[in-house]
Amino acid sequence: MSTIKTTIEAKAHVYGNHIDTDRIIPGKYTKTLDLSTLANHVLEDLDPNFNKIVQSGDILVAGINFGCGSSREQAPLALKQSGISVVIAEDFARIFFRNAINIGLPVLEIGKHDIQKGAKLSIDLKQGIVNDITANKSYKATKLPDIMIDILSEGGLVNYLNKNGNYTL
Amino acid sequence: MGQTISEKIISNHVGHKVYAGELVISDVDGAMASDTTGPLTIKAFKEMGGKKVFNPDKCALIIDHAAPSPNERIANLHKMMRDFAKEQGMRLFEIGEGICHQVMVENQYVKPGDIFIGADSHTPTYGALNAFACGVGSTDLAAVMMTGKIWLKVPQTIKIHCSGKLQDGVTAKDLILFLVGKVTVSGATYQAIEFCGEAFEGLSLASRMTIANMSSEMGAKTGIVHPAGLKLDYDFEAITPDADAKYIKTFDFDVSDLEPQVSAPESPDNVHNISNYEDTKINYAFIGTCCNGRLEDLDIAAKILKGKKIHPDVRMVIAPASQSVLLDAMSNGSMQTLIEAGASLITSGCGPCVGTHQGVPADGEVVISAANRNFRGRMGNPNSNIYLGAPATVAASALEGKITNPKKYLI
Repeated sequence: MSTIKTTIEAKAHVYGNHIDTDRIIPGKYTKTLDLSTLANHVLEDLDPNFNKIVQSGDILVAGINFGCGSSREQAPLALKQSGISVVIAEDFARIFFRNAINIGLPVLEIGKHDIQKGAKLSIDLKQGIVNDITANKSYKATKLPDIMIDILSEGGLVNYLNKNGNYTL
Repeated sequence: MGQTISEKIISNHVGHKVYAGELVISDVDGAMASDTTGPLTIKAFKEMGGKKVFNPDKCALIIDHAAPSPNERIANLHKMMRDFAKEQGMRLFEIGEGICHQVMVENQYVKPGDIFIGADSHTPTYGALNAFACGVGSTDLAAVMMTGKIWLKVPQTIKIHCSGKLQDGVTAKDLILFLVGKVTVSGATYQAIEFCGEAFEGLSLASRMTIANMSSEMGAKTGIVHPAGLKLDYDFEAITPDADAKYIKTFDFDVSDLEPQVSAPESPDNVHNISNYEDTKINYAFIGTCCNGRLEDLDIAAKILKGKKIHPDVRMVIAPASQSVLLDAMSNGSMQTLIEAGASLITSGCGPCVGTHQGVPADGEVVISAANRNFRGRMGNPNSNIYLGAPATVAASALEGKITNPKKYLI
């Protein structure tokens, strides 16, 4: 796992509320360790074109309760493998949120927003700032607990535990 | 200051009093992963430097989500799990032994007052046992297996109080569907739920599992049923909240007039009285899952279908929650009744609920299911529609070929 880029400037793919993990990656594709299989089917029941249009570094933006449902870590893995560099939502379901940080996919909770499809965003992960360049608007993300910042800055929980051997607060 | 059940259980594990909002690193009493999450758990465990699991008697792997293996890819993942379990000296529950949550409770991997972490979103099911149980993903679980610990934010708690007794023919599933409809799929995100009041006190352990199970469908970290009325085969010390415990929100419902409930596509909180959906034609009826695959669920379905045949345009699938449930349903005659009525019995396990195998619906078909999720594509086909109901509703609907209020068959 590589370390995380802390500033990102890219295009937003915008979807709605309550996008569940079955829609991020259907259950029938989850039983695999092959990340490209996951990426090939990411979001296919929500937007069959997604894996054709997504480009490396792009940003996924959603409404409330993103990633609800199943605990499958294959959901953030599929998004990360497809090229998504960060997921922004009004808020997240808790298991998805932990999973994303654990695999080194940054997630930002910014509350109500009106980011439009195709908007160009610039993000400062360290400061938790999301700038919507297209709309000339800025959002401040909820601060992560310190332990999550530590895990994310190591690139995920595997690296964090490799380095530390155990959790520290 | 008074404490909620979650605050008390976590305090007992960290050795000092903690309250909502605090971050803790807590000891864990048990951990498990299924065949959806287990292979990634094993991979992460090795990558993070894991050699031995913290306690092989407290860790388990369960092959239930795609059991028996439907193809060579999954067969190889199952083998990876068997090899790891053997190497670690931990138990692997084989195909057909049952659904992870059911076998964890039956085999006493989790007990009242425990903190249990499972790599499955329905792990809060053990809240039925007065335990603090959380679902996580594979990498989190690998870390638990390696360290015996987890980091947690002590959750705020929502109290759901239900007064009144459920009518005959109205069951725990109807009650929890009603509550999911009221609280909504994101109404308890990051929070714990406590279920209390007369409506819960008379419930069996199986029914309490149905209630706690669907805490996940409200986004909750855990959902704990108050221990009043809880009967177990062994002695236990119940954890109750202090009278001055602080709750973030309290709901109060009188459920004595509650009618059977149905959750319509495509979100578990799209819940209404069954009368809104009666006459909706169905193609496929399913009873099983960690929500409703237990003996009382098969018994009530058998009571409705005794001596009858399901509708000729309907197929019915039964997946007992465990081998032990299956054996009990065989010895009390329920399984015989269901099969004579035209149901098809499949391996104890998750069955078609996760859309991997064993009964994927066709385009345009309508399913009435005793499961807990009806997201688009959940059962493997995004062009089908899933309605959720109680096992009694599923059985009555299978009989009539349309969504049917089961009360007339039960009173």
